[in-house]
Amino acid sequence: MSIILDHVNYIYSKGTANEIKALDDVCFEIKDADFLGLIGHTGSGKSTLVQHLNGLLRADSGHIYFDGEDIYDKDFEMKKLRGKVGLVFQYPEHQLFEESVFKDVCFGPKNMGLSNMETEVAAYEALKSVGFPEELYYVSPFDLSGGQKRRVAIAGVLAMKPRILVLDEPTAGLDPEGREEILGMVRDLHDMQQITIVLVSHSMEDVANNAKHILVMDKGRVFMEGTRSEVFSRVKELEEIGLAAPRVTYIMHMLKDKGFDVDITATTIPEARDSILKAVKL
Amino acid sequence: MAIIETHGLGYDYIRRDDDGNVSGITRAVNNIDLEVEKGEFIAVLGGNGSGKSTLAKHINAILYPTEGYVLVDGKNTKDEDSIWDIRQKAGMVFQNPDNQIIGSVVEEDVGFGPENMGIPTGGIWERVEESLKTLGMWEYRKHSPMKLSGGQKQRVAIAGVVAMHPECIIMDEPTAMLDPSGRKEVIRAARALNDVEKVTIILITHYMEEVIYADRVFVMEKGEIKMTGTPREIFSRVDELKDLRLTVPQATSLAYELKKSGMISLPDGILSEEELVREICRSYSIM
Repeated sequence: MSIILDHVNYIYSKGTANEIKALDDVCFEIKDADFLGLIGHTGSGKSTLVQHLNGLLRADSGHIYFDGEDIYDKDFEMKKLRGKVGLVFQYPEHQLFEESVFKDVCFGPKNMGLSNMETEVAAYEALKSVGFPEELYYVSPFDLSGGQKRRVAIAGVLAMKPRILVLDEPTAGLDPEGREEILGMVRDLHDMQQITIVLVSHSMEDVANNAKHILVMDKGRVFMEGTRSEVFSRVKELEEIGLAAPRVTYIMHMLKDKGFDVDITATTIPEARDSILKAVKL
Repeated sequence: MAIIETHGLGYDYIRRDDDGNVSGITRAVNNIDLEVEKGEFIAVLGGNGSGKSTLAKHINAILYPTEGYVLVDGKNTKDEDSIWDIRQKAGMVFQNPDNQIIGSVVEEDVGFGPENMGIPTGGIWERVEESLKTLGMWEYRKHSPMKLSGGQKQRVAIAGVVAMHPECIIMDEPTAMLDPSGRKEVIRAARALNDVEKVTIILITHYMEEVIYADRVFVMEKGEIKMTGTPREIFSRVDELKDLRLTVPQATSLAYELKKSGMISLPDGILSEEELVREICRSYSIM
């Protein structure tokens, strides 16, 4: 199940003096079962882009193909797309509203027209796959901790059984352990259920530790695209657009400058450790 | 002299049902005794729900202690006559810049604080100029805050506090919503205010890299302060921090892994990337 963006343009406040070109000739493909990291500074167009993926925003020109079908074709069922591409917004816990966790998770599938039985099964499976403790299914979502609320919000999207899950800054505001819990859960969804993941993040470490491919946005354009070592080896260019490489990559560059034969494309702590140990022959 | 002191500080959040009856009490901070000296840079770490923000809100009298008391520059926050004085002395910066900016032009937003304090017009403009220059935002004074980047917005929010000439600024996760360059801008600004203007800074954060320049670190858990020390002391206790839902800077973490795998000559508590590189060079230099 892939998504292809073909010369997509989007302009905010079109026809006024304040026109802003938010997406400028964007072309790329999200392949089935990929884990894509999407990075870019504030205002680079990331959120605008992800809202196109399930049809919340409509491109001013260009095409988006979902599994080979043009989503702007008049016969295309937008509702189907919204079920297949799940969007988890920033601070999704602000959208919780029901009186119990379970009811909240049921809201999505119920709205899609599933029977009560199907809805409850879907909600149960979704809560299970985010590792939410069963004894808390019937408490009010407002009595949960920040990390737990976020799990419930993500389960609410998963209950619609998306094949592609887009997460916009899913770890913002969480403590390090909470961050790792959410990311571990996302990795499991990807590894065990082969769900395609698009992870939007300001943390280069989180992207380096999880994504297979990275898409870099700047001024509404695709600035760079590639595997994580390809992208993070272009440190200077990333810094010019307000981004950075993971901290360990900087350490590798410094060691290289000092004459050590280390791998400057290492982006995670285990990669860096192995490369340094090899360089000093331990 | 201490700018902030707390003695046996405790605070209860009280939940009430629809009829106003008490339905639950949560102790958010408990028995906190601390002293912060003028000019110190303090970092506060702790998991979600550990009481960091509740503690912070006591320092500029947004919350009042259930137990114990808080002194800001010698004045008790419970004393109603001192509240305005205390809020001027201890300014606060929050996580989301969009919730803190009210003006439609940068310079007006920054002037709001001093205007509210009753400073004469000429004085307000002087303060606006001085604080925008300190934060490197002077050239944006005529801009709309809405069109700035996250880091720039947060610097405008800080300028608004600086214009009130506080002795102390409490920053509650000021970088949580920012991209890497925005984070760098804000931390650089905080360090400069501390170094150059001698403003006492209390920085609450989940980013361990932002803590390494602090004079002292407080680590909170379940409403209490569980560890205090220099960043080096705190970050040499890797396993304990993990138990408190925290972690260490990337350089510290890599050093810890390397040491476990046989680079035994590396010292504990390495903080910065430069330091790690220097230590590796010292022990294993091939030149």
